[in-house]
Amino acid sequence: MEKSTEVELRHIKKCFGPVKANDNVDLKVYAGEIHAILGENGSGKSTLMNILSGLYAPDGGQILMRGEQVSIRSPKDAMEKGIGMIHQHFKLVEALCAWENIVGGMKNHVLLGKKRVLAEIRTLCGKYKLQLDPEKKIYQMTIGEKQTVEIVKALYRGAEIMILDEPTAVLTEQETERLFEILREMKAGGCTVIIITHKLQEVMDISDRVTILRKGVSVDSILTRDSNAERLAELMVGRTIDISVPYVEMPRNRKEPVLSIRDLRIAERGAGEKLKINRLDVCSYEILGIAGVADSGQKELCETITGMQKATGSVQLKGTELIGMDPRAMMKQQIRIGFVPEDRLGMGLAAGLSISDNIALRSYRSEKGLFLNKKEENIQAVDLIKNYNVSTSGGNQAIQSLSGGNIQKVLLGREIDRGADFFIAAYPVRGLDIGASNFIYEKLNEEKKKGVAILFIGEDLDVLLGICDRIAVLHSGELMGVVEAKTTTKEQLGLLMMGQKLEGTEYAAN
Amino acid sequence: MLRIERKTDGKFLHQRIISVLIALAVAGIVIAICGYNPIVVYREMLEGSFNSVYYVQQTIQKTIPLLIMGLGVAVCFKMNFINIGAEGQFYMGAVAATYVALNVSGPPSAVTLLEMFVAAFLAGGIWCLIAGFLKSKWGVSETLVTLMLNYIAIKLVSYLQYVLWKDPKSLGFPKIANYPTDLQLKSVFGIHAGWIIAIILTVFVWFLLHRIKLGYEISVMGANERTARYAGMNTTRILLLTSLIGGGICGLAGMIQASGVEHTLNDQMANGMGYTAIAIAYMAQMEPPAILIVSFLFSILLQGGAYMQISMQIPSATGDVIQGIILLFILGSEFFSRYRVIREHKQKEEAK
Repeated sequence: MEKSTEVELRHIKKCFGPVKANDNVDLKVYAGEIHAILGENGSGKSTLMNILSGLYAPDGGQILMRGEQVSIRSPKDAMEKGIGMIHQHFKLVEALCAWENIVGGMKNHVLLGKKRVLAEIRTLCGKYKLQLDPEKKIYQMTIGEKQTVEIVKALYRGAEIMILDEPTAVLTEQETERLFEILREMKAGGCTVIIITHKLQEVMDISDRVTILRKGVSVDSILTRDSNAERLAELMVGRTIDISVPYVEMPRNRKEPVLSIRDLRIAERGAGEKLKINRLDVCSYEILGIAGVADSGQKELCETITGMQKATGSVQLKGTELIGMDPRAMMKQQIRIGFVPEDRLGMGLAAGLSISDNIALRSYRSEKGLFLNKKEENIQAVDLIKNYNVSTSGGNQAIQSLSGGNIQKVLLGREIDRGADFFIAAYPVRGLDIGASNFIYEKLNEEKKKGVAILFIGEDLDVLLGICDRIAVLHSGELMGVVEAKTTTKEQLGLLMMGQKLEGTEYAAN
Repeated sequence: MLRIERKTDGKFLHQRIISVLIALAVAGIVIAICGYNPIVVYREMLEGSFNSVYYVQQTIQKTIPLLIMGLGVAVCFKMNFINIGAEGQFYMGAVAATYVALNVSGPPSAVTLLEMFVAAFLAGGIWCLIAGFLKSKWGVSETLVTLMLNYIAIKLVSYLQYVLWKDPKSLGFPKIANYPTDLQLKSVFGIHAGWIIAIILTVFVWFLLHRIKLGYEISVMGANERTARYAGMNTTRILLLTSLIGGGICGLAGMIQASGVEHTLNDQMANGMGYTAIAIAYMAQMEPPAILIVSFLFSILLQGGAYMQISMQIPSATGDVIQGIILLFILGSEFFSRYRVIREHKQKEEAK
């Protein structure tokens, strides 16, 4: 079947100051296909799509739609040309219901009449087999439902080209499967779909064709069926690379509980609990994963253990009760917990200060007297930069001018070097490229070999299943169960993440 | 069409110097509109600041309170504690020193001077600590509290000057009695000894911010309070201690000005210098050596402005105008250090 070109981008350039986000990108999307844009973080995927949806104006290059050169001046302009964009962070008004969000902002929408709008939405949903209650309020919806609203919103406005920016980041396995069905329906209905992602498996699962971006340049554009995950990874990174997550086997009999959680609760004002864990042990020589959709209590768990948040119940580190202590009290009692928090620059590092100042954060207090030991701090910084391959001009460079991977190396290095028995790594590879991610996995495995008990909060189930010994699943703050990583599938984890408790497994794995 | 974009690099220093030069040019236009030759005016200002030993001494003397208050403000700013109450802390320091000077009798005078010093530090410090306490307890904005406390301090001084401490020997003139001569700061090289204290304080604040643990904690708190808590710092203690030190240093400026220049207390002695100090600390990016230089430059404007009034019959407010224009441009230049403005290409250019 001969396909016509729907959208073509030629030699697109876009700079932000000295940073070339897009440097000569070519993209050809054919009508009625699902086209994946694959690239690591910072490779210019989102910039490219923001150009196509009218948010940014390109510094150079051409945009052609159905063979004719166009210029897209604004998101509204893009919409009129049939381009709909679904952002990673939804742009919906929480207090309004679905249909109001769908028509809101359109010309003359007041005159449309609710009945007619509802009828039109239902027809649309029928056509693409979408499940949506147009009169439900947004704040009552799950993330998957909100995404459906965004999709309907774009379709309702006549989008023929749908761009989705990392749509699966916030979804469970089952919701992702559901989304992919919707995308296939849309394709069948004549829509062209562009999906931005950095997950290889997704590209293989859903796309017809894939364009790979690397450092702002389009490297290649190939038919998905002619490729495989290894080949894509190689194109994405630029060299042959091992995409498997390394697992280290340790003898079972050496494992002893280091951190023991019993009846842990964080009460929420009003109703319910933000965190509810009856029993969970993290053992030496193991990596215990925490799975769950975003905001299921992961942050609360980390902050409770480290004393940043108040809770009831019991958390014992080698017999010492941690509940009731704040970070300062822990410091005084020589309780050390390595902690790489989720929001690195918001907590854990001070972005405006230098590398060596940030490294001193954990050690400055142990120096004697009133003064800082600058000499010692510089030695520490030089060591860390060397041991963790931080690429920087030196210890005096400000944290905020480092790349994401190097920032994480500084934080991880500082926390590992504390030599704690218990280590928390919250989303340690978020936003990092494959090379930096592998480095982090390696370092965590090294710690595991030394006998450290590691709590690994993750989002990518493939990674969790790869690196962890056991995985605990949280749903709305409640511990649903703990499973052995080796004998569990993504589907089982997905069910737990959606709140279906596995009978009897909660304690079985301990 | 013009477009605005975030910048990733920043050349702060040369940007600031350029903005000062542009400000001087714009102020020159204003002066020209007023009917004076701007080049002559600027030359007169420099002459008024440097042309004789006396003028240089005057310029340095005017630098002292600006420098000290700039240091005090910088300590607070480093913690992201927006203390704009240097003016009030200055007056409270002067009030406390004056109380000691006029009521504590008996030699040796060195001991009394030391007492005045401590009293001024505590008074200024506590004035700032009120804002620190309210912030730590209830999260009250320190900007508003320190500003409001300025007015209270100034009115308190007026009340003391006109009613409570009015000197009965001043023949009804609203004036507080002069300090005994042995409690007036002695001259060293023709300038009252406050300059020595100011230099010691500059070194002290540099050490505090760069070499002492508390200063490190202040920097971390200023950069990110959550990170400070994460690292186990006692954020409340740091907040209170820093506001005490910052306000205390401003209080010292009040004592030095009262003892070294005014030889008494009056409600005109700060004359907005506490606000100028905020600009100085900000321009110098809280770096003590830079504060020293910037406060000297500002005192040229003050001294030059005062000289102009006499030599050219131009109101000394001209100096204030120039100062205001410079500040405006410096603040404006912040925008350009963070963003760049780009002229957008026309569609035709894009197509070729």
